[in-house]
Amino acid sequence: MQAVLRERIVRRTESYLLGVLVLLSLLLSALSPAFLTLENAFDILRNYAFLGILALGELVVLISGGIDVSFMAVATVAQYVMAVVITRYAIDSVLVAFLLPLPVGTALGALNAVLIHYTQVHPVIITIATLSVYYGILVFVTGGTWIYNLPASFFEFSQLKVVRVVDDAGIAHGLSVLTVLWILAIALTWFILNYLPIGRKVYALGGNPEAARRAGFNIFSIRLFVYSYMGFLAGLAGFVQGQLTQLIQPNSMVGRELDVLAAAVLGGASVFGGVGTAAGTVLGVLTVAIVRNGLILLKISSYWHEVVIGMILAFAAGVTAYQGKQRSRRMVRIDVR
Amino acid sequence: MFANRLALPARHAETAVLVLVLGVTLAFMTALTAGKLLRLESLEAMAFQIPLLGVLALAQMLPMLTGGIDLAVISTANLTGISTALILTRLPAPYATPLGIVVGLGGALVVGTANGVLAAMLGVSPLIGTLATMILVRGVALAITRGYVIAGFPQDFLFLGGGSLAGLPMPFVIFGLAAAAMAVLLNRTPFGVSEYMLGSNPVATLFSGVNTRALLLKTYLISGLLAGIAGLIMISRFNAAQADYGAGFLLLTVLIAVLGGVDPAGGVGTVLGLVIAVVILQLVATGFNLVGLSQHLANALWGVILILVIIFRRALPRTGPGRS
Repeated sequence: MQAVLRERIVRRTESYLLGVLVLLSLLLSALSPAFLTLENAFDILRNYAFLGILALGELVVLISGGIDVSFMAVATVAQYVMAVVITRYAIDSVLVAFLLPLPVGTALGALNAVLIHYTQVHPVIITIATLSVYYGILVFVTGGTWIYNLPASFFEFSQLKVVRVVDDAGIAHGLSVLTVLWILAIALTWFILNYLPIGRKVYALGGNPEAARRAGFNIFSIRLFVYSYMGFLAGLAGFVQGQLTQLIQPNSMVGRELDVLAAAVLGGASVFGGVGTAAGTVLGVLTVAIVRNGLILLKISSYWHEVVIGMILAFAAGVTAYQGKQRSRRMVRIDVR
Repeated sequence: MFANRLALPARHAETAVLVLVLGVTLAFMTALTAGKLLRLESLEAMAFQIPLLGVLALAQMLPMLTGGIDLAVISTANLTGISTALILTRLPAPYATPLGIVVGLGGALVVGTANGVLAAMLGVSPLIGTLATMILVRGVALAITRGYVIAGFPQDFLFLGGGSLAGLPMPFVIFGLAAAAMAVLLNRTPFGVSEYMLGSNPVATLFSGVNTRALLLKTYLISGLLAGIAGLIMISRFNAAQADYGAGFLLLTVLIAVLGGVDPAGGVGTVLGLVIAVVILQLVATGFNLVGLSQHLANALWGVILILVIIFRRALPRTGPGRS
C-alpha cells in the first residue's frame, strides 16, 4: 500500500514538474524569439551538464537518507589532480584526462562514507568537515594557482558535437559531447537505482533504516557505495567543468553546493530519504536552467535571478510538505517500535 | 531542566574534552607563534573577531537544538547589514542610528518568521526551508545593492563594532550579553526545557502538551534576531555593508556548534561548550595568521579538529539523553 502510494506521489511530482517546464517553455517562446531555437537548447544542455551530473550523485545520497555537501571540494581536487598530471607530464590524451579524476573522486567519496559510518554523526556535519579539509589542503598545497596551459586535445574534445544540425541560416549546431556524458550519467544512475540490487537497497536504507538493518542488509556497504558513487560523479563533473571553462581554477566550484541540492530537491528528492528518481532530478536541473535562461533572455537583471530561484524552491518545498501532511492525515499510521 | 540534569555526567565529560582541546590548542599555538599569540594586540584582535563568529554560532545553535538547522543565518546578517546601511547613509545624524538598527533587526525578524512558518506551519524540512530563504534573501540583498558596497557610517554607529565599554571591546560586550541571555533562556525558563525536549523527542513533547509549532516559530525568530545582531556588528566593524560578506562563515557556524557539543540530531548542547569552541577556532585562525600560514590550512585544520573531537566523543561512555 505504502509502496504503491509512494510511487504515485513520485510520479505526480515529476508530472507536475514536466507540466511546469512545458508551460514555462511556451511562455518564454512567446516572450522571446531566441528561446525556442536549437542553438539555445543545445547551449543549455551543454552548460548544465556539470551541475546535472552532480545533482544525480546528490540524488543517490539523498535517497539513502544522507546528504553530501563536500562534492564540490571533491570535484575540485579531482580536477586539479587531473590538470597537474596532464600538464606536468605533457600528456596530450583526453582519455587519460578523463580517467584520472574518477578514481580520485571515488576515493575521497569512500573516505566520507567511512567517516560517516564509523562516527554515526549526521552526514551533513561530516561532509562539512571533509569539505574544509579537502579544499583547505588543496588550496594550501597549490597556493590557489590557476592552470592555463592545457593540451590541445583537451580543448578539441570540448568542441566535439555528436549530432549535427544545420539551421536555416546555414550554421551548424549540435549536441555537445559533454551533454552526452551527462546523458550517460543519467542512464547509469537510472539503471543502478531501478535494476541493480544495490540501487533497491539504497531506497530501502533511506525509506526505513531500521527495517533495512533487520532485513540483514550490510548498511556500511550500501553507504560505501552511495558516497563513492557521489565521489565518482564528482570526479566526472570535475572533468566536464574543466572542459567547459578550459581553465582550472581551484575556487570556481566550491560555494555552489546548495545550487545542486536545490535542483535535486526541486526534482522531488526528499532530505528524509527513500524518495527520488533520476528523471525527476533531470527535470529539476532543467527547470533551474530554463528559468535562469529565460530571465537572461528577458533581460532581467541577474541580481533578481536568485530571488526567483529561491521563491520557486520555497514554493515547491511548501507544496510538497503540505501535500504530505494532507496525505498522512488521511492515512492511519501504526508504528510499532 | 530535567533533561539537563539527566545529561550531567555526559555533559561534564564533553566540557572536559573541550577544555582539554582548548588547552592543547592554546599551548600549541603559543609555541608555534613563539609567544606572540599572548601579546596584547593579538588578544585585542581576537576580542573583536570572536564575537562576530560567536553570535552567528549562537544563532545556529538554537535551531540545531531542536534537530533543525538555519542555513539563512549569513544571508540574514547581510540583509540586516544592508538595510541598516541604507538608512545610515541616507538619513540625518540623530535619527539614522536608532532607526537603522530597528529596521535592520526588523528585516532579520521577517526572515526568521518566514523560516519559522515554513518549518512549523507547513512542515518543510528546515534544511530545505532555510535553503530556500537563504537563496531568496541573498538575492534580495544583491538586487538592492547590485553587488556594490555601501560604506561610511556615522560615528555613533561605529561604536558598536569599534568602541569599548569599561575597557572591554563593544562587540565582546554584545556577545557576552547574547551568550548570557541564551544560557538563561535555555537553562532557567520553560522555553529552554521544551527546546531540549523538542530536540530529543518531538512526538513526546507534543503529547506532553507543549505547543511545538509556536516553539519552533520562536526558535527561528530568535535565530533570525541573533543573525541580525551579528549583521550589525559586522557592518560596524568593517564600516561597510555588502550582499555577500562572510559567505564562508555559514558552514563554520555549524562546525562551531558541533565542536561545542551540540548534537545535530537535537536535544543536546550548551552555551558554554559553544563559547569554548569559538575560542578554539579563533586561536587557530589568529595563530596561523601571526606566523603567516594560509587561512586555508587553518580551515583544513578546523575540519580535522572537528572529526577528531567527534571520534574522541564516540569513545567516551555516555549516559545522556538524545543519543544512542
